[in-house]
Amino acid sequence: MTAADHAGWEVVIGLEVHAQLATTSKIFSGASTAYGAEPNTQACLVDLGYPGVLPVLNREVVQMATLFGLAVNASVARRSVFARKNYFYPDLPKGYQISQLELPIVEHGEMLISDADGNDKRIGITRAHLEEDAGKSIHEGLDDSSGIDLNRAGTPLLEIVSEPDLRSAKEAVAYLRKIHTIVRYLGISDGNMQEGSFRCDANVSVRPRGQQELGTRAEIKNLNSFRFIEKAINYEVERQIDLLQDGGTVVQETRLYDSDKDQTRSMRSKEEANDYRYFPDPDLLPVEISDEYVEAARATLPELPEAKLQRFVAEHGLKKDDAVILTASRALADYFEAVAGAVDATAQVAANWVIGDLSAVLNRDGKDIGDSNISPAALAGLVNRIHDNTISGKIAKQIFEAMWDGEGSADEIIEAKGLKQITDSSAIEAVIDKVIADYPEQVAEYRAGKDKLIGFFVGKVMQETKGQANPGQVNQILKAKL
Amino acid sequence: MSVYSQTLTELATGLEAGEFTSLELTAALLERIAAHNETLNAFITITADEALAAAARADEARAAGTGGTLNGLPIVHKDIFCTRGVKTSCGSKMLDNFISPYDATVVEKLAAAGAVVLGKTNMDEFAMGSSNETSFYGPVRNPWNLECSPGGSSGGSSASVAARLIPAATGTDTGGSIRQPAALTGTVGLKPTYGRVSRYGMIAFASSLDQAGVITRSAEDAARLLGVMAGFDERDSTSIEQAVPDYLAGIGESIRGLRVGIVRQHFDAGLDEQCGARVKDAIAVLESLGATTVEVDLPNLDLSVPTYYVVAPAECSSNLSRFDGVRFGHRAENAEDLEDLYCRSRGEGFGDEVKRRIMTGTYVLSAGYYDAYYLKAQQVRQLIADDFKQAFADVDLIAGPTTPSPAFKLGDKVDDPIQMYLNDIYTIGANLAGLPAISVPCGLVDDMPVGLHLVSRHFGEETLLRCAHQYQLQTDWHKACPEAFK
Repeated sequence: MTAADHAGWEVVIGLEVHAQLATTSKIFSGASTAYGAEPNTQACLVDLGYPGVLPVLNREVVQMATLFGLAVNASVARRSVFARKNYFYPDLPKGYQISQLELPIVEHGEMLISDADGNDKRIGITRAHLEEDAGKSIHEGLDDSSGIDLNRAGTPLLEIVSEPDLRSAKEAVAYLRKIHTIVRYLGISDGNMQEGSFRCDANVSVRPRGQQELGTRAEIKNLNSFRFIEKAINYEVERQIDLLQDGGTVVQETRLYDSDKDQTRSMRSKEEANDYRYFPDPDLLPVEISDEYVEAARATLPELPEAKLQRFVAEHGLKKDDAVILTASRALADYFEAVAGAVDATAQVAANWVIGDLSAVLNRDGKDIGDSNISPAALAGLVNRIHDNTISGKIAKQIFEAMWDGEGSADEIIEAKGLKQITDSSAIEAVIDKVIADYPEQVAEYRAGKDKLIGFFVGKVMQETKGQANPGQVNQILKAKL
Repeated sequence: MSVYSQTLTELATGLEAGEFTSLELTAALLERIAAHNETLNAFITITADEALAAAARADEARAAGTGGTLNGLPIVHKDIFCTRGVKTSCGSKMLDNFISPYDATVVEKLAAAGAVVLGKTNMDEFAMGSSNETSFYGPVRNPWNLECSPGGSSGGSSASVAARLIPAATGTDTGGSIRQPAALTGTVGLKPTYGRVSRYGMIAFASSLDQAGVITRSAEDAARLLGVMAGFDERDSTSIEQAVPDYLAGIGESIRGLRVGIVRQHFDAGLDEQCGARVKDAIAVLESLGATTVEVDLPNLDLSVPTYYVVAPAECSSNLSRFDGVRFGHRAENAEDLEDLYCRSRGEGFGDEVKRRIMTGTYVLSAGYYDAYYLKAQQVRQLIADDFKQAFADVDLIAGPTTPSPAFKLGDKVDDPIQMYLNDIYTIGANLAGLPAISVPCGLVDDMPVGLHLVSRHFGEETLLRCAHQYQLQTDWHKACPEAFK
């Protein structure tokens, strides 16, 4: 399909994000939420749905949902209600999931993203509600049967539902990245997509451009990487447009994305969908919070990505693109600010190092900024040696690698390897004189007007000085002598 | 006086005076239970070994001067309370194989106070029934007439207390399941305020209505037990954080000046005439003690049964979903697939009445019916609660009959659910409004006991118990013992 085929169609996407809240214990029991334990070792009687047990709300999740609501400019309900969503499934021990339906804790929020033209676009957040996760069915390694691991059962989730305001897979990913950044900034979710702490369902439909009425949507379930989300939506959009252009109709259904085949396939249709028979959970009281509670939460809000970005541009004089990169995570932004605060050079120089060399080695070694081998102070130490002309930028890269490999601070490495820059003019002049004497032909050519040869002479001088001569001085003296 | 005919209060005195040990008392009662249980079918499990060991410990504690307020006193639990290491069946085939890995809060508290538990009593399956006929273990028989029902769902508890097999038993009350069997067996049945006693470990039937209480032979004993059972429990979010008074402290005080509400609708056509006469006699006794009567109106009383039979099944249909054959309880053999496992495990594990209520509840919560049934019922429930609130602006408690008639014959109503449901017409209102209520024996009709029903405002247990105790100081109905069990 070509882009021209899309021209007459408008894509409409709404997303439901499930962010696992970073509590130490479950939403309605005291069992641990740590990831990766042996199956069923972190499920207590409440999680197992034993006869007679009762849920007790973990107050921490209310605080987290409140922070999220404030961060997305939403209204935080002073009274929200847990409801039971009834259906049978082996990984759902009670036969119902405790969620929120009619009175969610967060409603009417918003998020700004950049659209295709780089302009701000407002994406509405319909609601965010608290609920418990289900367990997991395990099929691998079991011949004839399925196993159930209930460690995840009862893990707290914040389900964040957007308005159908997104118009392309790219916008969907941009929105998701923003949500992902926000929940990590707030410290309410680790956002780990591999472990399923941050996953998403996408409601996708298309309609002829200009039509008001929404097309029939398909829901793509359980997408857990930004790349798959984009591919799955793009596949689904093409599938629906093809279908409609061939005179067919889109069926309202739930579809699964198969990343190996890069396609979505039908899971169940609307007719097969459950009637969940929601009703308020009589085991739990309505969650009631005061204005004081909300204001106290507001006081603990960290600086949010958008504000930080603006400040990095205004206060540190960073290029906007760089500020965007550096504010993508709170840890990266904090790292940058620590370096920037300790360098004599400009903050932009610090930013260049963090975005450039540091990010490259982190990427190469698969590490997070929090696990960096080089502390902000150590990186600042290196940058300062360039700034005070102790070393050249080129030598600095060599020292940086040595620092990454644990050979010590910039000063220690400079000392140990004798990498100090030669700034003594007479020493540089001596080398230049030698080079001029060694290459008379090139000297003649240069003097005849072949200016480009300056690079050749600089190279030779640097070679003779093992790169330690100050390049600026070399240039200056060379030009004078030639 | 033989030990089995004594109340908890009397037994406590005997133990304290060293007239007998807890071990002797426990052994004597176990012997009596063994002798009569075949006739009454009041017990699902008799925990003789555990009881004797607990009694021995209680005697040691007494010798060491460390026993709790119920030290060495014998009780039994309705089989709806989870008891660690002991079968907890809830009267159902579904849980016939279920050994609870933990104790209910009520069980824990009574054990901590030194009570000795002799067994688990029979009950309607999952507490759904008013005659004990829905039990997987067969009906309990009424000690006053073995052909009659002892009421339900706490029928094993009421029959064993009435037959002097035990002085006190725990029970649960969702629509009358403590008070109705107490009335039909001539015992005292107390349902506390919703939230007064923890529901943790009590297998849920209808969470917003269920409340644990006791069946005893005297109001004084009920007060003694409630003081131990009541209180906030951090494991039950619906339990209420409010100090527990000393329920025994005030029961000796006069009820002079107490304003007693009489509900006109209580004495309408549905009430057995002789039953009504006994209740009026009882109210006259209260008047003779200085209480004044005031006529009050509960205009929506007739809506309480239909309201209840929407709300309770709705909650039960969800509460009972966990019984799916996967992790505990009955599991169908040779299931073909998951759906077959669910359908047959539940089909085989649940009895007819439980299935009827699950289906009713599923229906009223379904898309398209929710507003017309569940939501409407919740609105009516609020109206009923408001009626009571209005009434309690003028009176301290409301007095009336507990049941429309004395005990009915086993088999009489089992095929007519509506007639069965109407048995709870006077009791259900207190559950819908979350109010405390008590049934006190107030006479015999054709040699079968009937009960006086007293309802009070939220946390009005002290008033209820004082009034009931003062009544019992004037009357001997609670001392009447069925002939075969004297």
